[in-house]
Amino acid sequence: MMMDEEMKTLEIDGAIYKTRLTPQYEKRKEWIEIDPGKVYAYIPGTIIDIKVKEGDKVKKGDVIILLEAMKMRNKVMSPTNGTIKMINVALNQVVAKNVLLIEIQQDSFSVS
Amino acid sequence: MSLPDSKNNALTTMSLKRKTLELLKKREQVILGGGEKAMQKQAALGKMNARERILALLDKDTFHEYDMFIEHDARDFGMDKKSMPGDGVVTGTGKIMGKPICIYAQDFTVAGGSLGLMHARKITKIMDHAMKMRVPIIGINDSGGARVQEGVNSLAGYGEIFYRNTMASGVIPQISVILGPCAGGAVYSPALTDFVFVVNNISKMFITGPEVIKTVLGEEISMEELGGAKVHSVITGNAHFYAESELESFAQIKKLVSLIPWNNSRKALAFPPKNPNKEYKIENIVPSDPKEPYDVRDVIKSLVDEDSFLEVQELWAANIVVGFGRMNGDTVAFVANQPLVLAGVLDVDSSDKAGRFIRYCDAFNIPIVTLVDLPGYLPGVDQEHAGVIRHGAKILYAYSEATVPKISVILRKAYGGGYIAMNSRHLNADFVFAWPTAEIAVMGPEGAANIIFRKEIMEAADPVAMREEKIQEYKEKFANPYVAAAKGYVDSVIEPKETKKFIMHAIEVSSNKTEFRPAKKHGIPPF
Repeated sequence: MMMDEEMKTLEIDGAIYKTRLTPQYEKRKEWIEIDPGKVYAYIPGTIIDIKVKEGDKVKKGDVIILLEAMKMRNKVMSPTNGTIKMINVALNQVVAKNVLLIEIQQDSFSVS
Repeated sequence: MSLPDSKNNALTTMSLKRKTLELLKKREQVILGGGEKAMQKQAALGKMNARERILALLDKDTFHEYDMFIEHDARDFGMDKKSMPGDGVVTGTGKIMGKPICIYAQDFTVAGGSLGLMHARKITKIMDHAMKMRVPIIGINDSGGARVQEGVNSLAGYGEIFYRNTMASGVIPQISVILGPCAGGAVYSPALTDFVFVVNNISKMFITGPEVIKTVLGEEISMEELGGAKVHSVITGNAHFYAESELESFAQIKKLVSLIPWNNSRKALAFPPKNPNKEYKIENIVPSDPKEPYDVRDVIKSLVDEDSFLEVQELWAANIVVGFGRMNGDTVAFVANQPLVLAGVLDVDSSDKAGRFIRYCDAFNIPIVTLVDLPGYLPGVDQEHAGVIRHGAKILYAYSEATVPKISVILRKAYGGGYIAMNSRHLNADFVFAWPTAEIAVMGPEGAANIIFRKEIMEAADPVAMREEKIQEYKEKFANPYVAAAKGYVDSVIEPKETKKFIMHAIEVSSNKTEFRPAKKHGIPPF
């Protein structure tokens, strides 16, 4: 019988197996539901323009931020209709990937 | 014709001597590489220099170097005044185990082993030679990257190498050894070759280095953590063989080369047959409880000639084991689920690993023995979102496409999609054997009972007891090799100790296997 300190369990189709895990498996991220009101940096770069202020009304597709990355001025667009609730970044700030840029309060009737 | 008089003869000898001395001096100059100081720096990093590496890898006194006196013709940025011995790369031919090979090694002491046009031309010339002569090519990478002063010409150089890597793929074995930095575009030549060897603390591979990552992203990471030998052996799967030293790496290369054919129209060298290591007794390795783990490599070792097994990508996606070994002196490839790791499931990485390995074996005429023991594909959102559908399809594609002898032995579990994927009869396996402990079923008894007897279990006075009863019922009826054997999906149910005999016989009777595929330019595998 093989038993060592690395031995864990893994459930597949209702059966529980004794086994070791891989680093990839142990580091896997749990899935979280996407909040359409939260806008994250999809690429690391520099904030070169913020086109909105807190309290501004925006429509889906409005350019809210210019994010310079990979020698391109990338347009970050509002994913939804709503009101700017919070701006999380400042002009000329360098942001990593997946940093929260802006939070938008979705219009209650908006279907995004 | 009059014979030259003795005076003339002496003059000729003198001038030949002088010219020979001149040649030797010129050679000496080139062999100094980037000079003593640069050589010392290389040694201080624990690295051999380019020529030392070649000599350490090849059979004694077999290396012959070419293009020693190549010179670059770059003019810009003061390059016209710079001399670069050998243009930073050593190329030539030699032998390993008495068989010819082509080799090149980048010389980091010369301008950081940077790749300019002539440097690349030396490499492509020796690659072309390898292709013409149908011998393996080994590339030792140790380079700072493109020679920026040469501009677009150095990009041209990379592109010409990549093109040849692709043309040579599946024709001659291509081996890359990363013994230093290998950054930016340079990484793609190794990526296109068959096997990548890395050495701890010496190999560094990445597209974008730590400095750029720090400036652009503000993320701080060391070269070793970003693209060191361990990273590529454990996390990315870019490397196939990990070693602690350059010499260990060379020993691995020699072992690999002993197991693979010289080109796609040959078979691997036959060795004198040996018995398997007596420590491994096939009938004592596999526990009969399908939920108990064991190391499937012990099963492989019980089948192959002692010390002949060489595992490929040992540290990455360890839930599947792939590698070469010899059975009675002849090379055989193994693909085996590893119950010791992640219960032996197929997932994104293990499908990718096995799929590529199977295609290698098919290209180079190596029979494939598949040892099956898996609960199926790994469930989970991360797997689904990582594309387990398209990655998982790679293994189906590779097995279906392969025309080399394909033999499966089902040791225990073979459930669901995993059963189909692991070289089943349905993907056109040549031989499928199963042990009496095999459970070939649409899913494991626990899962099946939950679905089929859902109502009975729910309505029972004691659902837990009822579920247990139904699991047992399903196990007895379906979790065995005989249902599949009754349909001819399994050729023979065999005793564990008969395994080697059945595999050897299957390979023997497959030696003239001829199978055609529909005419096409090429298929579209799910890369």
